[in-house]
Amino acid sequence: MRLVVDLNRCQGYAQCAFLAPDVFAMHGDEALLYNPHADDSQREHVARAVASCPVQAILVDDLGDAAATVKEGLSSGQ
Amino acid sequence: MASDGFLEWMRREGRIVIVGASLAGLRAAETLREEGFTGSLTLIGDEPYEPYDRPPLSKQVLLGKATADRTALPRRMALDANWRLGVAATGLDMAAKRVRLADGDEVEYDRLLIATGVHARPWPHEAEADLDGVFVLRTRDDSAGLHRRLMAAPRRVLVIGAGFTGSEIASACRERGLPVTVAERAAAPLVGALGGVVGQAAAELQREHGVDLRCGIMVTGLEGDSAGRLRSAHLSDGTTIDADVAVVSLGATRNTAWLAESGLGAGPRGIACDAGCRAFDVRGIVTDDIFVAGDVARSPHALFGYQFLSLEHWGNAVAQAEIAAHNMISASSDRRPHLWVPAFWSSQFGVSIKSVGVPSLGEEVLIAQGSLAERRFTGVYGYQGRVIAAVTFDQTKWLEFYQRQIETAAPFPPAFPTVDRRPEGLRPVPADFPDPSLPTHGPSVTLSGYSPTDRRITFTPARA
Ligand SMILES: Cc1cc2nc3c(=O)[nH]c(=O)nc-3n(C[C@H](O)[C@H](O)[C@H](O)COP(=O)(O)OP(=O)(O)OC[C@H]3O[C@@H](n4cnc5c(N)ncnc54)[C@H](O)[C@@H]3O)c2cc1C
Ligand code: SF4
Repeated sequence: MRLVVDLNRCQGYAQCAFLAPDVFAMHGDEALLYNPHADDSQREHVARAVASCPVQAILVDDLGDAAATVKEGLSSGQ
Repeated sequence: MASDGFLEWMRREGRIVIVGASLAGLRAAETLREEGFTGSLTLIGDEPYEPYDRPPLSKQVLLGKATADRTALPRRMALDANWRLGVAATGLDMAAKRVRLADGDEVEYDRLLIATGVHARPWPHEAEADLDGVFVLRTRDDSAGLHRRLMAAPRRVLVIGAGFTGSEIASACRERGLPVTVAERAAAPLVGALGGVVGQAAAELQREHGVDLRCGIMVTGLEGDSAGRLRSAHLSDGTTIDADVAVVSLGATRNTAWLAESGLGAGPRGIACDAGCRAFDVRGIVTDDIFVAGDVARSPHALFGYQFLSLEHWGNAVAQAEIAAHNMISASSDRRPHLWVPAFWSSQFGVSIKSVGVPSLGEEVLIAQGSLAERRFTGVYGYQGRVIAAVTFDQTKWLEFYQRQIETAAPFPPAFPTVDRRPEGLRPVPADFPDPSLPTHGPSVTLSGYSPTDRRITFTPARA
């Protein structure tokens, strides 16, 4: 799964690093490092990170079902 | 009305060609489809790879947290496009509306977007540049090669040039525990982009992390052994450094050589275009079918006195590509100007560095929050009594505020009392940018002929 973070937009809130720690990590206090080609097993974690980034800085392709699951989860308040 | 008909036809079955299949090229192609363009779309790229992201190449990849062959950009959608990868565009015939390719093919267009970016300026001495161990860093292949070499535990890495890329490379080397020397001609790292005051903070940051930083110095020669492997470098102060890897980080040159005889206003400083991304020809007349976006473009910005800015910023490539794509298939009354406020980020030595506006226009700088000594601060740049830019070291949260100040031409120095203002932030100091009176590499234009009818402008590309 490919992803890119618009680091101009990113505010370093670290939500993503909390929700998908194998893909996103803080480097120092505010700099974000991420794996631009995350393993498919991370799909659901990444989908959660995308959905919860407060500034919508994360773009992922191919999220497919995982994104739908997360959206349902969010809208049904899970 | 006739032109409306053309536009309608253009959107439905016109031919759009994009030269440069990277960040700007891909985002433009996606925007065209999103906005309903259903005609034929061709992307031409000289690299054999599909569009990939470059910022990780000097960060994650060198740190071993990602691999260079896995930075392909995500797609916003499936693109119905004709990809011509691994083949360079070699010429443009503006009258016949045709792009010539290195393999002899020609591609016709109704609208053309040029997004050919820049290439790393190589080490000027060719035999020395060819030594095994001498690198530049722009492409996926460059990054993979450099990473491989760093894995092989070199005795010392020499970074030539302490701009953003050079500083990020030095940072990655230190994090890997490799000895690294940085040689910089200016008085401190990042001086060209951020000025001497902030540059001093960057210098101390590097030294704290064990970089052997040498400023006010030039590398005068690279020396190899009998097998053609880099061994050492000579500096202008007479010293010699033993190093088996050198990374040449001396900035970039715009990829415009292929347009040399086209009649387009393209030279080593980029392709000039209007705020709507339409390219100028050498006569200074704007074209209506050739658009430009990304690192290769130079466009006037209303907020900065209509100066022509050329920016090598990721966000600019995305924003400009989207504007260019929109304008390519829109009537003039629906066109939009590219008014993106320049912004970029870097991360090095564990510090997140971000900037908005154009710091290099700044005459003075004020440390409005935090402190230089703590490497956690916000520097605000002033130009003729207004706020023109801001930079943060680990203080991203302040950027948005200053972006608004820049957009509204707020007065400088800022009058409001801010939180976390320290004694050093009470008065602005000269921002300390290098003397701009250096010789330029600009192209020149010559006029010939006497009567108005045979008066001609000839464009002479300068050597890069
Ligand atoms: C190592 C590195 C780190 C970076 N880090 C940051 C960062 O932290 N923050 C930031 O804001 N920006 C950063 N950037 C800058 C950012 O990557 C660029 O601004 C962005 O890539 C510009 O995109 P572009 O599409 O305009 O040009 P490019 O990405 O340069 O793409 C142009 C493409 O066109 C191709 N091409 C050239 N000539 C021809 C031809 N004649 N025919 C066909 N194809 C051609 C090129 O090979 C290339 O693939 C970094 C760049 C590098 C190299
Ligand atoms: S959640 Fe969004 S803003 Fe926060 S660190 Fe991740 S990408 Fe940046």
